[in-house]
Amino acid sequence: MNQRAKSFAATLGSVLVTLFGLSVITFMIGRVMPVDPVLAAVGDNAPADVVAAARAAMGLDDPLVVQYWSYISNVLQGDLGQSVLTRNPVVSDIAHYFPATLEMATLALILATLLGVPAGIVAAVKRGSLTDQIIRVVCIAGHSVPVFVLALLGLLIFYVGLDLVPGPGRQGFIYDGMVPTVTGILLIDSLLAGDMGAFWDAAHHLALPVLILAYFSMAYITRMTRAFMLDALKGEFIISARAKGLSGWKVVMGHAFPNVAVQLITVLALTYAGLLEGAVITETVFAWPGLGQYLTTALMNGDMNPVVGTTLVIGAIYVGLNLLADILYRVFDPRVK
Amino acid sequence: MITRRKFLATAAAVPAVSYLSLAQAYADTPKSLLVVAQQLDNMTTLDPHVSFEAVGSEIIGNMYQQLVKPNTEDPDVVDPDVAESWEASEDNKTFTFKIRDGITFSSGNELTAEDAAWSLRRTVKLNKSPAFIITQFGFTPENVDELIQATDPRTLVIKTVEPTSIGFLIYCLSANIGCVADKQTVMANEVDGDMGSAWLDKNSAGSATFMLDTWRPSDVVVMTVNPNAGYDGPIERVMLRHIVDPSSQMLMLTKGDIDIARDLTAEQLQSIASNDSVKLLRKQQASIMQLSMNVSHEKLSDPKVWEAVKWAIDYDGIKRNILGDTYEVHQSFVPNGLPGALNDTIFTQDIEKAKALLAEAGYPDGFEIEMDHYSAQPYPDIAQALQANLAEIGIKAKLISGENRQVLTKMRARQHQMILSAWGTDYFDPNANADPYIINKDNSDDAASKPFVWRSHFQDEELIALAEDARDESDPEVRIQKYLDLQKKFVHASPFAIMFQKTATVAMRTNVDGVILAPLPNNNSYEEVTKA
Repeated sequence: MNQRAKSFAATLGSVLVTLFGLSVITFMIGRVMPVDPVLAAVGDNAPADVVAAARAAMGLDDPLVVQYWSYISNVLQGDLGQSVLTRNPVVSDIAHYFPATLEMATLALILATLLGVPAGIVAAVKRGSLTDQIIRVVCIAGHSVPVFVLALLGLLIFYVGLDLVPGPGRQGFIYDGMVPTVTGILLIDSLLAGDMGAFWDAAHHLALPVLILAYFSMAYITRMTRAFMLDALKGEFIISARAKGLSGWKVVMGHAFPNVAVQLITVLALTYAGLLEGAVITETVFAWPGLGQYLTTALMNGDMNPVVGTTLVIGAIYVGLNLLADILYRVFDPRVK
Repeated sequence: MITRRKFLATAAAVPAVSYLSLAQAYADTPKSLLVVAQQLDNMTTLDPHVSFEAVGSEIIGNMYQQLVKPNTEDPDVVDPDVAESWEASEDNKTFTFKIRDGITFSSGNELTAEDAAWSLRRTVKLNKSPAFIITQFGFTPENVDELIQATDPRTLVIKTVEPTSIGFLIYCLSANIGCVADKQTVMANEVDGDMGSAWLDKNSAGSATFMLDTWRPSDVVVMTVNPNAGYDGPIERVMLRHIVDPSSQMLMLTKGDIDIARDLTAEQLQSIASNDSVKLLRKQQASIMQLSMNVSHEKLSDPKVWEAVKWAIDYDGIKRNILGDTYEVHQSFVPNGLPGALNDTIFTQDIEKAKALLAEAGYPDGFEIEMDHYSAQPYPDIAQALQANLAEIGIKAKLISGENRQVLTKMRARQHQMILSAWGTDYFDPNANADPYIINKDNSDDAASKPFVWRSHFQDEELIALAEDARDESDPEVRIQKYLDLQKKFVHASPFAIMFQKTATVAMRTNVDGVILAPLPNNNSYEEVTKA
């Protein structure tokens, strides 16, 4: 077995172990919580025979190991169980709700990267200057103010005060249900349907939540970029480049930044994973029918299959993005073999 | 000449300017559309014979007609709906309903007595959470085909196993289980003998003003007008949007993006009351809040302790300082708005009396006890107030906060000592609460039936006999009087300190009229709504 195959096998092994551990932990959390899952199915007032029938139907009378075995066997066949609340298979629910989160998180990441990376570079290059101070204050505010406060403030200012954006929701009531679902991503589906009105409506509804999430993430990206750049700018190769007479920005962008870009891949991957999972509160405030809201609703109602299934999927996304970052590291950084 | 800088500035401005022009598209909602913001998260089904929670029941009530419906203004009156008249046989075991002529389902099928009979039989055969409302009359999947029949297209005959009070039966039939569904349409969608259950979870087959257009869980429910309902009002669509955050609901209501907000908090309702573009509609709900005492606990086994606790509580203070307009003081198990409600205020805070009772029970210095409560407001605030009240008579309550289902799970396992919780009434009859609060035939841990009263280990043979006697009384007036007498005994002789009854408040734009709120959610209605 060559070196590359060994490395691939090791990575795959660690991914599988991580996913197995994740499945055990999420399953156990779902079962050891002091909440009777049958309550979600039949309500508090249900008579005893109905409760007993529901318990048996949900397989909750079996020993824990049997329950886990049955659960993981189903998971491996792509079956995450059925949601009590929506009465749909969890897999199809996730397929339905995830695109809304993906759309918002991806746009937020793009915006955060486009703003955060240049801001971090400028802050590092102009270290200690007024610009650096302003960037730092903006970042601290973005990172320390809870996202629901930012979201509510955003609504108060841009929705209620300035009337620049529509209120919570993914679509205006005029367009609700008008665009046929193809990808689940409204911007794409409305373009595919050739409905520009729906496209702009979706873009409008995306504007504020994306801005809020982007601001929240940008703060982190900027701080990390600044720290990496400060480190890189201390390198001897920078002094050497400057000694050769290269202009300031050529040194920064041509010599310092490429060294930082590789590290930024990890930061961006983790930020993206965080956005996909961490949009929970933003989705609640903006009544955004995404994965975060699906998860919260299930959690608040003790509907455990969606909770466990969604957690597993989010965990898998984390692992997947980490893996991607690792691979990109190998591609872009010649030092990692 | 255009410089590069000017070109870039202009290009950058284009999206912003076009954005501003598009923002104007968001104006008030059209007059034919009613937009409601509501927490739709615990809705599991829209099948009228399966649904057993408030929001789903309300939506079902707008899509299905029932055999009879309670009068929302006078709880002692039941109005005809699908049934235009009814009568009982001499032996009170056969009940004959005349079905109104000319009712058409949204499918276009005519509603007949067979639809009504089949709907009731379907509830019994599916045997889901609400089935007990009808199976308590002795119906089983085996005997129901024989006992509930349509003898002709306009006549429904219901036979009960035992003599039954017609008042009791009629009140029970006003629940969702009395909804008449379109047999032909539902059975056309039957899969593997499920009586159309999977299909009816997410579709409608009723004859009321509205029918289901769309339900996307945790997102939106859209109802459109049933073209066969004879509705001539202005509303064409009702859109219920799942907006979890009450703050978001309030912002959208004040902006006019929604017509109605259903879940504003007490503080938000206070602050919005002064807004000229918003008005409030309140109605007491059949939901009561009580402190239950588990009598298997040594300190809580003496009825004098129960009374001491009831005299120690500052009902008015808690209502005034914490609950505002969201709850009223109510101390008996039949909520105001239902037939037979005892609305007297029996207990007011009397610390000396409470202390004396506690001393008589053998606890002159009080004792320590645990009190579980829901973690969602207003329960933590009320629990703290109760803790302070009880401290005045020497009872040191340790508060244990938990998520709603966590608290209920503990209570159902009989592991609590004191518990602050709520109970919603299932159907429009005093027995709906007399049964769970009193009738506990088997107090053992593995009892087949585990009603609310069982959870607190409480069993009182005298109260049980009185509750059963009231339930079976055939004279409606005497029956109500028996319930009133029963409650007067119950408030003193039970380990339940019933304290408050919930008031629902709908906040709506001032141009909206005609929203109907009722004590039970299945009678809340949008069918008379107009928008000026």
